[in-house]
Amino acid sequence: MTKLHFSRKQLCIPYALFLVLFVVLPMLLILFYAFTGEGENGNLVFTFGNFIDFFTSAAKLGTLLMSVTIAIISTAICLLIAYPLAYILARSHWKRKYVLLMLFIMPMWINFVLRITALRELLDLVGLLGTENYLNTIIGMVYDFLPFMILPLYTTLEKLDNSYMEAAADLGGNKLTVFTKITFPLSMPGVISGITMVFMPSMTNYVVSDTLSNFNITIFGKLIDEYFTTFDNWHMGSMISIILLLIIFITMICTGGFKDSKTDARGTNLW
Amino acid sequence: MVKKILSIAFCVLVLLFIYSPILLLVVYSFTDATVIGQWTGFSFKLYADLFRDSEIMEILFNTIWLALVAAALSTILGTAGAIGIFYSKKKFAAPVKGVSQIPVINAEIVTAISLALLFSMVALYRTYFSLIVGHMVLCTPFVVLSVLPKLKQMDPNVYEAALDLGASPSKALFKVVIPQIFSGILAGFMLSITLSLDDYIITAFTKPRTFDTISTYVYNAVKNGTNSSTPALRALSALIFVVMIAAVLVFNLRARKSKEERK
Repeated sequence: MTKLHFSRKQLCIPYALFLVLFVVLPMLLILFYAFTGEGENGNLVFTFGNFIDFFTSAAKLGTLLMSVTIAIISTAICLLIAYPLAYILARSHWKRKYVLLMLFIMPMWINFVLRITALRELLDLVGLLGTENYLNTIIGMVYDFLPFMILPLYTTLEKLDNSYMEAAADLGGNKLTVFTKITFPLSMPGVISGITMVFMPSMTNYVVSDTLSNFNITIFGKLIDEYFTTFDNWHMGSMISIILLLIIFITMICTGGFKDSKTDARGTNLW
Repeated sequence: MVKKILSIAFCVLVLLFIYSPILLLVVYSFTDATVIGQWTGFSFKLYADLFRDSEIMEILFNTIWLALVAAALSTILGTAGAIGIFYSKKKFAAPVKGVSQIPVINAEIVTAISLALLFSMVALYRTYFSLIVGHMVLCTPFVVLSVLPKLKQMDPNVYEAALDLGASPSKALFKVVIPQIFSGILAGFMLSITLSLDDYIITAFTKPRTFDTISTYVYNAVKNGTNSSTPALRALSALIFVVMIAAVLVFNLRARKSKEERK
């Protein structure tokens, strides 16, 4: 019997090796590169230089601040659109509301570069392209990530037990009180996983900002790309990645989203 | 009543926002004007150009085979991994599960450069190997996450029963366990294909220099300003939009229907 169990457990070994080689090791390499630099004779030397350089560079800090601002605004707009929408869909008695939900989250399955290029054409047609770079970038982030906000909100709101709301109403709560005291707090898991799904990509998905700002806006993810491809300074690029990882870590702690919330949102159970 | 009308109006507005760029491209794929906004009459010329453009056809083919290969490998690795995690002791399973979450939570650009660092050290940077591994890092964790819940739902006695009835462990695995978790495996495979087709950043950092997928080709076309001189790309986008929308609707509604029928 023990032998049989052993054989099933062994199935994990290739995946564990894969993770060590292609996830753990590369992440350690980022850490290594971030805290090293080229010495005088071209040797690698340990240094805090990249770290100090980042926090004393007005340009880099400015990029970080601007990028966080864009991400906060995009996330807020996504939430303001997605919450009422998910609420309407989840609480409605339409027989085919599932089909409707499908229509709203359909973009998840369509190549985002093509969708953003299509949006670029539309913005060009209405005359925004090339004039309103920040606005276009925010529109693009909302356009790209809205489905990832709608889906977790819909899933949470749909599962809510109506009897809580009915009980609250029976006990004399008006509609606003019922919403703010019962419905909204109960939907918090959906709100949080939606936020984690939108915030971080809005800081890093530079295809959106490049395409819609004609390569005029450098968001935080683009900064990493530039240090790797344009400036060929992999040490600084790694340091910026470490800082991005710290930001992800902090948001995760703030939202308590270390659970499986994000994966629900990507729709693992949708296909 | 007013509330209902407002609700419907809001839904329609959001749908308009989501579909207007797509609709614009589909409509203007049926005219041969180079610039969107100028209608020079109905024509299939862009579609004819598209299928005659050997470069775009090759890229389309590249994108599809990459997605199929990466999804197939990820599904095998991830399914085996999920079964292994499920039957292992927590002491071993927990760290594997934890590390498996890293690519899911991480920003794609960080995953991409971390792989670039690794592969440049071993002279495999920008090869087909790094490209496929990159896509597997992206997809496999999602396969594991699709399969694990199905394993939890499974009745553990069925496997034991198969063994008692004389099946070998591997036969019991393939004839009993795999069929029980098959819906999860299929979901993981489909999700992997979607993730691979959708990817830009990891592809850009791991692909061979002469290799392009639709994502990298279109991004570079916008960057170099050549996208407007290749209006056939419009037809390509329109075609992909329509095919994907149809595929997702058919697949999901059918899955939904069979789920309801089983109830």
